Amino acid sequence: MAEVLVYVDHVDGAVRKPTLELLTLARRIGEPVAVALGNGAADTAAALAEHGAVKVLTHEAAEYADYLVVPKVDALQAAAEAVSPAAVLVPSSAEGKEIAARLALRLGSGVITDAVDLEAGDQGPVATQSVFAAAFTTKSRVSKGTPVITVKPNSAAVEPAPAAGAVEALSVSFSAAATGTKVTARTPRESTGRPELTEAAIVVSGGRGVNGEENFAIIEALADSLGAAVGASRAAVDAGWYPHTNQVGQTGKSVSPQLYIASGISGAIQHRAGMQTSKTIVAINKDAEAPIFDLVDYGVVGDLFDVVPQLTEEVKSRKG
Amino acid sequence: MSLRIVVTVKYVPDATGDRHFADDLTVDRDDVDGLLSELDEYAVEQALQISENSDDDVEITVLTVGPEDAKDALRKALSMGADKAIHVEDDDLHGTDAIGTSLVLAKAVEKAGYDLVISGMASTDGTMGVVPALLAERLGVPQVTLLSEVSVDGGTVKGRRDGDTATEQLEASLPAVVSVTDQSGEARYPSFKGIMAAKKKPVESWDLSDLDIDEDEVGLENAWTAVDSATERPARTAGTIVKDEGEGGKQLAAFLAERKFV
Ligand SMILES: Cc1cc2nc3c(=O)[nH]c(=O)nc-3n(C[C@H](O)[C@H](O)[C@H](O)COP(=O)(O)OP(=O)(O)OC[C@H]3O[C@@H](n4cnc5c(N)ncnc54)[C@H](O)[C@@H]3O)c2cc1C
Repeated sequence: MAEVLVYVDHVDGAVRKPTLELLTLARRIGEPVAVALGNGAADTAAALAEHGAVKVLTHEAAEYADYLVVPKVDALQAAAEAVSPAAVLVPSSAEGKEIAARLALRLGSGVITDAVDLEAGDQGPVATQSVFAAAFTTKSRVSKGTPVITVKPNSAAVEPAPAAGAVEALSVSFSAAATGTKVTARTPRESTGRPELTEAAIVVSGGRGVNGEENFAIIEALADSLGAAVGASRAAVDAGWYPHTNQVGQTGKSVSPQLYIASGISGAIQHRAGMQTSKTIVAINKDAEAPIFDLVDYGVVGDLFDVVPQLTEEVKSRKG
Repeated sequence: MSLRIVVTVKYVPDATGDRHFADDLTVDRDDVDGLLSELDEYAVEQALQISENSDDDVEITVLTVGPEDAKDALRKALSMGADKAIHVEDDDLHGTDAIGTSLVLAKAVEKAGYDLVISGMASTDGTMGVVPALLAERLGVPQVTLLSEVSVDGGTVKGRRDGDTATEQLEASLPAVVSVTDQSGEARYPSFKGIMAAKKKPVESWDLSDLDIDEDEVGLENAWTAVDSATERPARTAGTIVKDEGEGGKQLAAFLAERKFV
């Protein structure tokens, strides 16, 4: 069976959930061979084996942390040349898309980004994408070279599928371009203790209607009662009430949780672009005409300062 | 010293319009008004600020690849304050994908001459966000992308990239390709004076032969990717909407319990 390269997104050896989802999709196309780079690369092997990786190619070097993107492209290119895979799958983070695009160019291949599903096809893997703020669904394929495809988080279930996961050292020689862009300082994001926005099963978001930084406490309280991540509209972010890393929408994160709760958000097209593929959508807004209500499975027309705290209390008491 | 900045801009269908696909599954550009992609306005703005903060002679060229109407995008950028414009237009370009577009942009940037290329973070229609990285790969120069803050000092470009897991400070030597996010600073509105001045600024038109690109390197037929189908997402079935009469939170909780979220 053909091999499929899967680029591993990990933090010091801890594999992030979207990579495990990629392994589920990779198994539909062939045998997953994982590529893990940088500090802790070998520590990823156990989790990857458990989810279907037949091999884990690893390489550790300071360059991966010290320079932007290109060292990772060099390594993935070396892996692709060693394996001759049927496809290369990369998680759809900002960096993942850049890595994938540059790799595709080097391999003489096409690149598809932000797939939300992937299946085997006669002419290679078929990717489903959600476009124009999720108003359309397209099916595409790469028509030249080795398909390089990035896949959004929450596009597939994480499935246990034990495989050998044999660790092999990947040999990489860095290109002249590898050291072009130096990372002179890095400040890791502080953990909030809440789930990662793009990976969360439930997202609770607040918009301009939340009306102040201090009021986001009621959004956070609801999120915590549900074990959810917190999101924000651009209006709330631009006002300085919540960090940009939590922005949902076209220029923020794209989320696709089981449940999305929008409070004080009107539902502008650019916001919808980042949340419209959520399975269940709920909104609280005092304007019955707000466009967000066109999307909802359940909507409450009311003041969020009344509805949200009551909801939080009720969720807590139901959970006991 | 002088600094030559090329800003790449895209003419896109208005996101608030009813965007859809043409019969050949390319983006329909006829039925929806077009405009300069809002995300490219941030790139023009940063180019202008770099120019204003520099003691050097800075020349800003805006470059677009697109149909005749794409000139509107160039005019807007010129009226914001860019010095001149280049329009790459050729019938054979219809349906070109990201890999092909990056080829055309790379050849045009090279022909124009550059020290710094500045792009927006993504287009508002395709939204892939990969063209700046592709451009850097093709040009063989550093990629300093997704910056929320950018500055040029002598032969060095520096910036801040707010990534998923960390904030990074980046640095590279010129020439380089930069992309900026919508966090980089509000783009200015063209002034009346700017709009008048733009009418007199030079706009060059190039076609594929000017760039030594073969027609079989670009276009829909030669794209590296193929769209097999595009279907409109079915409208979501109308949900239940209740008016809060004091019990709205509790009703919502009951709905969430019914759906097994609680
Ligand atoms: C290029 C571009 C990119 C963009 N990217 C994004 C993006 O990534 N994400 C994003 O979100 N936006 C984005 N936007 C902005 C977008 O167009 C909207 O301006 C933004 O989403 C509005 O945020 P909002 O819904 O919070 O605010 P508003 O549109 O002002 O809506 C606030 C809502 O809160 C309701 N409200 C007020 N008070 C209360 C109350 N007490 N109780 C209940 N409801 C209340 C109001 O009825 C209203 O519907 C982008 C725009 C552009 C041009």
